Amino acid sequence: MTDAANAAPDERIKSVSPLRRALIRPELGGICGTILVFILFGAIAGNSGMFAAEGILNWTVVSAQFMIIAVGACLLMIAGEFDLSVGSMIGFSGAVMAILSVYLGWPLWAAILFTFALCMAIGALNGWLVIRTGLPSFIVTLAFLYVLRGLTIWGSVYFTRQTIISGVTERAEGDWLAPVFGGKVLTSFFQWMGENGWIATFARGSRAGQPVVDGIPMLVVWALALVIFGHWLLTRTKFGNWIFASGGDEQAARYVGVPVNRVKILMFMFSAFCATIFATAQVMEFGSAAADRGLLKEFEAIICVVIGGALLTGGYGSVIGAALGAVIFGVVQQGLFFANAESSLFRVFLGAILLIAVIMNTYIRRIITGER
Amino acid sequence: MAMPIVEMRDIRKHFGHVIALNGVSFDVRAGECHCLLGDNGAGKSTFIKTMSGVHRPSSGEMLLEGTPVSFESPRDAMAAGIATVYQDLAMIPLMSVSRNFWMGREPEKGVWPLRTLDLRKADEVTMVEMRKMGIQLRGPDQAVGTLSGGERQTVAIARAVYFGARVLILDEPTSALGVRQTANVIGTIDRVRKQGIGVVFITHNVRHALAVGDRFTVLNRGQTLGTAVRGEVDAPTLQDMMAGGHELADLETSLGGTI
Repeated sequence: MTDAANAAPDERIKSVSPLRRALIRPELGGICGTILVFILFGAIAGNSGMFAAEGILNWTVVSAQFMIIAVGACLLMIAGEFDLSVGSMIGFSGAVMAILSVYLGWPLWAAILFTFALCMAIGALNGWLVIRTGLPSFIVTLAFLYVLRGLTIWGSVYFTRQTIISGVTERAEGDWLAPVFGGKVLTSFFQWMGENGWIATFARGSRAGQPVVDGIPMLVVWALALVIFGHWLLTRTKFGNWIFASGGDEQAARYVGVPVNRVKILMFMFSAFCATIFATAQVMEFGSAAADRGLLKEFEAIICVVIGGALLTGGYGSVIGAALGAVIFGVVQQGLFFANAESSLFRVFLGAILLIAVIMNTYIRRIITGER
Repeated sequence: MAMPIVEMRDIRKHFGHVIALNGVSFDVRAGECHCLLGDNGAGKSTFIKTMSGVHRPSSGEMLLEGTPVSFESPRDAMAAGIATVYQDLAMIPLMSVSRNFWMGREPEKGVWPLRTLDLRKADEVTMVEMRKMGIQLRGPDQAVGTLSGGERQTVAIARAVYFGARVLILDEPTSALGVRQTANVIGTIDRVRKQGIGVVFITHNVRHALAVGDRFTVLNRGQTLGTAVRGEVDAPTLQDMMAGGHELADLETSLGGTI
């Protein structure tokens, strides 16, 4: 065995330069983009407070929001499917948990757990329909985009006569599960930093002496946990290999015994799970749910994933890349605000970067597969 | 002669009122290459799909080392040691050779829920097995997409052999390949046969079959027209049997015997 392993290398195989090797990493675009974005905003918005503690928290939270839904979209896209119902799922799950707890008197923790179960069941239904009908997931989840949004608006109008369901803050008091989504961590650490004068504190008012940034929101913790989990699952586990295989070539995967249907349905459920985390954190933060929450989030998630180097056709991509895509997204969206730029320009930027990312990805795929 | 590993007796398969197989008998022994020849539409694909558990025969018997078996799914057939390598569905181009090699049977280490892929073992075994088959990889993380068609077939064959196949069904492994790649695949078949594995080589190319086959069975219009042993049969005879005789003979005279 070892003799064979130590055999001389084949002279016909060209050695590959480290640069080219780095180029075929899916995260490369994301890494370059992130560096560029930070340099750009460091230059044009460096004095605006964007890189003070409060400013950092501002774009970190926005990036974390994108990250949460991007992880779900990323794994699903690598498994070869889309979920266009993510945005509607965010609105829907927020409304369900708010109605259950505020109008139907459920304890908030029960409402949250039930909402998670319900949304993951809808995710499973999405996946099951895609597999049973053989239709593109694009169409099936587009249907759910409308169905869920419609139900959300109908439900909130039915119970409250308006599209905002408030009163969750009161219900969250004393609840054991609510802080897991709406709380903050490391508060004493920030307090200590404030006392030492390392970060800004309030000078006046009822919170005088307290730090302006008093902790890391749980939303950010969830985002990081999901990214780490997703990356580990994808690259280090057997299931991760099955995700790649299901998206790379369904039939080939089936022939060697990969349970493609189970993988895809689980990924639809995971996508719904991520959307529900997003929604729960948002409901806890605002103390209310609204029927228009999560609008267009499905596309923003997909854009993060594509910027992160995943192929729209499935079978290739990276969770770390998607997370960097989310950072780019968050930093640019908030950075334009800090730089006092016209915020509508954000969409121009989005469209442009999406196009560039897709063109680059296509080129990279050609390198990997050796097509010419 | 040794007992066949797999024997198919008088297999019939009907799809609605289409008779795809109308009494096919075929067997494969350890260490031989049994070629199944037939023109397009002769029923080759249906037959191997029956053998590999994708279809269930409408009637007929399937024996695994003398005992009747019936496969419910490709997984059953695989568990019994019957591995099939499909022409273009063998590999996933975007994934690395190592990940493809282990796909569906990934080695793991650690305890649940933190059980992870044993990437080191996967990579080492892949490199060793590839070298045995005469493929030099840049590294186990090289994407399958960068391999030639013949190399991909070889990786798929190596995978089947490593995971304990006793019968290897190759579905037209050479039909999309160039001369040199075909030679490589035929060399691989020979190597596998010498390890005591029974190879079923499906092809419509008589020359490829004669290059490596020990026995030859021709399938025409869903029926077997008998089995010939190496040395008893020549290319024109097989060609004639596959085409059902006449038209090809006419064509051949006008083309000067070049087909």
